[in-house]
Amino acid sequence: MSESEVRVINGNYAAAEAVRLVDVDVIAAYPITPQTPVVEYLSEFIANGELDAEFIHVESEHSAISAVIGASATGVRVFTATASQGLALMHEVLFIASGMRLPIVMAVANRALSAPINIWCDHSDAMAQRDACWIQLYCESNQEILDTIIQAYRIAEHEDVLLPVMVCFDGFTLSHTLEPVEIPPKEKVQEFVGEFEPTHCRLDPEEPMTLGPVGGPDCYMEFKKMQDEAMKEAERVIGEVNREFADEFGRSYGNGLVEEYNTEDADYIVIAMGSVCGTVKHVIDEERPDVGLIRVKSYRPFPGEQIAEIIQDREGVVTIDRAHSYGAMPPLWTDVKAHAPDVEISSTIAGLGGRDIRPEDVLKAIEVAEKGKGTDEPVWINVNA
Amino acid sequence: MIEIRIHGRGGQGAVTAAEILAIAAKEDGKYSQAFPFFGVERRGAPVTAFARISDEFIKVRCQIYEPDHVIVLDPSLMSVVDVTEGLREDGLVVINAQEGNWDDVSEELEDYEVYAVDATEIALDELGVPIVNTAMVGAYLRASGVLSLEAVEEAIRVRFSGQVAEKNIRAVRRAYEEVERVG
Repeated sequence: MSESEVRVINGNYAAAEAVRLVDVDVIAAYPITPQTPVVEYLSEFIANGELDAEFIHVESEHSAISAVIGASATGVRVFTATASQGLALMHEVLFIASGMRLPIVMAVANRALSAPINIWCDHSDAMAQRDACWIQLYCESNQEILDTIIQAYRIAEHEDVLLPVMVCFDGFTLSHTLEPVEIPPKEKVQEFVGEFEPTHCRLDPEEPMTLGPVGGPDCYMEFKKMQDEAMKEAERVIGEVNREFADEFGRSYGNGLVEEYNTEDADYIVIAMGSVCGTVKHVIDEERPDVGLIRVKSYRPFPGEQIAEIIQDREGVVTIDRAHSYGAMPPLWTDVKAHAPDVEISSTIAGLGGRDIRPEDVLKAIEVAEKGKGTDEPVWINVNA
Repeated sequence: MIEIRIHGRGGQGAVTAAEILAIAAKEDGKYSQAFPFFGVERRGAPVTAFARISDEFIKVRCQIYEPDHVIVLDPSLMSVVDVTEGLREDGLVVINAQEGNWDDVSEELEDYEVYAVDATEIALDELGVPIVNTAMVGAYLRASGVLSLEAVEEAIRVRFSGQVAEKNIRAVRRAYEEVERVG
């Protein structure tokens, strides 16, 4: 078997490379900054003969997700990628993908939503899809993007899960940043993902079946309850796949759901998602050994009980949200608080629309926790009054 | 960890220069990051790119505000952009300038360690186009000693192919030889 190779690549390339290694069969995607290079790299792989896949050119993201739903229902592996308004345009169709229990994998290069027009990173696009019953996994590094997309196929296709997966990575901060990434040999990835064998549905002219028909008041709730149970199963499966991946490839990301950093004896806990977690770790290493980080890798399913356990008996706890639920509390804070109602948790909002989150901004978030502020309304970090 | 900021104009290859440094760092067994300033870019307009090089995996994910080293691809930027903004005390500046202007450059940058090279001439000679990024990488190597010449040559072969790679390697070597400390 050939060896792994370390290459210095950006996050978009890492995503495309994972798709090549998995050997996906059908891709439909529409370009949008900062995800565009994913589509370009994949087109190049197909043109060069490095990836044997059907690339369906579509006129919008609405069609892209619809096309991969159709393709997935024929029993093949599919992929799409988008960001921002493109993800918003997919919105109504996302529920169909999860309702039909199709193991679609989608990369999202997280970007703010207009208006004002803004091409830079925040998590508003994916957060607006929170309740679409898609698994949402957030990455901190380009290596993690590659590894998570490979894992996503295993999670999505698991017979106890059968749900679509969104692999989220921060626009520009990861999508356009080069760093060394270990690229495993294709045979090894092929062995890990195995053959995809469709279980509950497969469109086949020889054996016709109807997919996605009417589900009236007599059965709709049962379908929805099954989706919720599948999400709970996903919590276990994500952990299993993370462990198995570690055995095969020597890398793991916490327990697959949350990653703890320096939490054991920490007085203060920061809870965050995505690339900012790297900067939080940097701050912990350089100047705040009394602070620990909980990186939420899996936002859906949300490992609330685990997080609630870790944050007990601390001096202070603070969430850094890169999105907001206007007129209420931000999404990450709300989810954590729902599982830990007795813990005082401070809320901060940072990095909207690509506002850089610098080490001093992380320190400001920690200070919010130290002062016990932000518990009933979020504190906006590095914003002009 | 060394943090590097590169100033150029759209079309001069500032982003590619950062990428070459990041790839070369890997060839030297180090960790690296390279990224553009996250903004809207136009040909001819001032462009900024960044690189980080470290012996350990680089966790920090924000842009660079207090670089250790600055590389200036176009001397005309000096009147438009504050190229030394946030540069650490005794920081290093490597600048593309014609030999006749070296005294002026060193005077303007008197607080810093300054190296200069006529990268435009080297690029025109070796590549036939005024794309100075690879020559400036060569000059930077000599001035900083952060990476090996072999690693950069390998990085250029990763980033470019065939004749283009060889021509750029010649530009790197010439700038490596011709760069001088001017202040």
